[in-house]
Amino acid sequence: MIYLQTLLGVLVFIGVGLSAGWVFREMLVFITSRNTGKFLRTAPLTACFGMLVIAIYIICAVFAPFIAPYGEADILSGGFEPWSSTYILGTDNLGRDVFTRLIYGARNTVGIAFLITALAFLFGTILGIFAALKGGIIDQGMSRLIDVLMAIPSLIFSLLMLTIFGTSVLSLVIIIATIDSTRVFRIARAVSLNIVQLDYVEAAKLRGESTSYLILREILPNAMAPLAAEFGLRFCFVFLMISALSFLGLGLQPPTADWGSMVRDNADLISFGDITPLIPAGAIALLTIAVNFVVDWLLHRASGLKD
Amino acid sequence: MPARKSASSSSSDLLLHMKNIHIKGKSDEKWIDIINGVDLELNRGEVLGLIGESGAGKSTLGLAAMGFCRDGCKITDGSIHFDGMDMMSLSKDELRLLRGHRISYVAQSAAASFNPAHKLIDQFCEAPMIHNVMSRSQATEYAIDLYHRINLPDPDQFGFRYPHEVSGGQLQRAMTAMALSCRPDLIIFDEPTTALDVTTQIEVLAAIKDIVKEFNTAAIYISHDLAVVAQMADRIKVLLKGDEVEQAATDVMLKSPSEDYTKSLWAVREYNRKEQKKPAKTEMPIISIKNVTAGYASKLDVLKDVSFDIYKKRTVAVVGESGSGKSTTARVVTGLLQPRMGSVSFEGETLPAGYQSRSRDQLRRIQMIYQMADTALNPKLRIRDLIARPANMYLGLNGKALEERVRNLLHMIEMEPDQFIDRLPSELSGGQKQRIGIARAIAAEPSIIICDEVTSALDQLVAEGILKLLDRLQSELDLSYMFITHDLATVRAIADEVVVMKDGIVVEQGIKSKMFTPPHHPYTELLLGSVPEMDPKWLDRLLDERGKDNLGDAAIAKMRNQGLT
Repeated sequence: MIYLQTLLGVLVFIGVGLSAGWVFREMLVFITSRNTGKFLRTAPLTACFGMLVIAIYIICAVFAPFIAPYGEADILSGGFEPWSSTYILGTDNLGRDVFTRLIYGARNTVGIAFLITALAFLFGTILGIFAALKGGIIDQGMSRLIDVLMAIPSLIFSLLMLTIFGTSVLSLVIIIATIDSTRVFRIARAVSLNIVQLDYVEAAKLRGESTSYLILREILPNAMAPLAAEFGLRFCFVFLMISALSFLGLGLQPPTADWGSMVRDNADLISFGDITPLIPAGAIALLTIAVNFVVDWLLHRASGLKD
Repeated sequence: MPARKSASSSSSDLLLHMKNIHIKGKSDEKWIDIINGVDLELNRGEVLGLIGESGAGKSTLGLAAMGFCRDGCKITDGSIHFDGMDMMSLSKDELRLLRGHRISYVAQSAAASFNPAHKLIDQFCEAPMIHNVMSRSQATEYAIDLYHRINLPDPDQFGFRYPHEVSGGQLQRAMTAMALSCRPDLIIFDEPTTALDVTTQIEVLAAIKDIVKEFNTAAIYISHDLAVVAQMADRIKVLLKGDEVEQAATDVMLKSPSEDYTKSLWAVREYNRKEQKKPAKTEMPIISIKNVTAGYASKLDVLKDVSFDIYKKRTVAVVGESGSGKSTTARVVTGLLQPRMGSVSFEGETLPAGYQSRSRDQLRRIQMIYQMADTALNPKLRIRDLIARPANMYLGLNGKALEERVRNLLHMIEMEPDQFIDRLPSELSGGQKQRIGIARAIAAEPSIIICDEVTSALDQLVAEGILKLLDRLQSELDLSYMFITHDLATVRAIADEVVVMKDGIVVEQGIKSKMFTPPHHPYTELLLGSVPEMDPKWLDRLLDERGKDNLGDAAIAKMRNQGLT
């Protein structure tokens, strides 16, 4: 019986999710300009659901102080209060409101993950295209150096660096961005290797254009589609990485709310059959899935495949 | 050898009858008409030529004859009867039994159509075995027999090679043989020689003609090249934008076409520019290539001791087959490839070998137009920015003056500025893109433009427009052209001087009128003799004169043996 109920629950969730996606798409098509609307109408329902979820997360992150009922680090009661009308999702081990921290967590975890991914792409893309454009020894040298960095498992590498440089937000951002930019470098280089051979790049070279013009105007715009898709995927990895580091105690430091450390703080509740610690984990999972839905769609479009 | 299928022994001679065919294709969520009501009839053993520009619907109509539509297309109306069977009402399985068995297809690019992982003969045997026409050993025997007939080198062993081990022309012939593997009643040839050099084209044409006649197979021959179709077809049908323009027997069609459109197609080949007068002895050439030897990473030299001059206001056509070093010469001139020996000088002054070390002014005065306009224009930039960039970079134009210049240039290439200035390259046709490429080159106000096969990816009518434009610009702007091409009709149309290249060596050079009158170097002779003429008897005559073994690759091999190249 319980299985049937679970199955039913999952089906209802999928149904509600897809129909919410549909409503969201119609709404977007309605409010955006004609061309964007035409583009959005080609999005499958899964991608719309993904966009809806991402939109909700962004709203939570931006308006966290207005949505959250309490302050981020306020200690309100004794530890581990159950779910109630005052504390929607109960309180954690120190007596802070879990719902409030969940919303602030969106701001911290998602915001920092976005910053890190953006930095990783800035470095990785420009260096990758540069290597592809210059070729020869420069390309070889850069690529081998990147290979060396990539050969070290990223979690262990970041743990090591964080132990050396300390666990400030700044060092967290720089270290993970550097490690991730190696992956972006590989992809940017591979994509641009195909583009640098095209005649318009050759024509621009013969015109005497500078390297920065070649990278920014001739190659980057044409490498955008696969890179945008990669951005989404990479964002998920970074996001999971921060959560994992926080869970291990090396990520964002308390009292900053963060989903990874929230799971760890409340982990004891699991043994009592309380699912509260799973909610931040669920928030991580939901965003990851949502981003991947959107990325799948973008990749599908970029590859030019028809259904 | 198995007997010809008896099922097809219906009384009438009519093999294929397509009536009032309408085909639509989906683009941007809208259905667009591709074919609007074309009729097509084909008798047994007859060859029908389908002619038209790209986008005329030739290939779509050819595929519809197999009851097949590409993805995103559908047949909305009309009927297709093949040997009395209604193709539209047949199930997918029934159609599969017909395709490859009684109707087969020869695609434009043989290299892309063969599976590179299997030997040629294995791919040949596949169809007869699937359709239970022959056993494997019979099919192998038959394949070798066919390879003999179409004159492939070493026919007994030929099939046991992989596709990458034989040349493009041989591969196309192997594909023709493969289309015959089940003894079909109908073969559809979709531009089978378009991707080939003139000298190899003849071998393929001879093979196709031979085989169609021998087995009394009906064929639809699709091409945009009139002279080729004239050799192959008994009857020609002209298509324009999905409509039939006219159809008639080949000789009638060639002698007296009735529609204006057909006449204009015929007239294309008659464009012939007056030869410019010879430069004075004392004049300094714009570009002078002196004893250039060059090659890529490997030790092999692609160019060997190449020398020629290009004078002001003159067009030098560099002619040769693929792999002869024409484009490599252009790369040396532009500085993309540094020569091992020799040098290039510009108005008497030696240019630095690599483009990186050339001054901006030197770069400005040598511009290039590319073969594939699709890849030569950055797809993310608007026409405005594409053309403005060189004018801004070299001439320092800005703001209003730059806008004015761009509009002017668009006028010069006969494109309405207001209509086109804010478009992306993907919103233009092939010919328009090529015009933008030209505008970008002249925006730099160069002395010489290198044109690398600029018309070979275009339809004849469009190509003629481009040639006329280049000609007009030359006289208006005092330009010189280095015109790289493999098409001798283009050379005849626009060149003043001709340089014939083969295997990286200049075999002959001189002014045009001299190059087109004998005596020739044997290679030039072969090249000139291989260009199809508008006379339907031309191929037969040529085969009689030269014999089957003295065409294309075989003839070149012979020449090499005699030490002529």
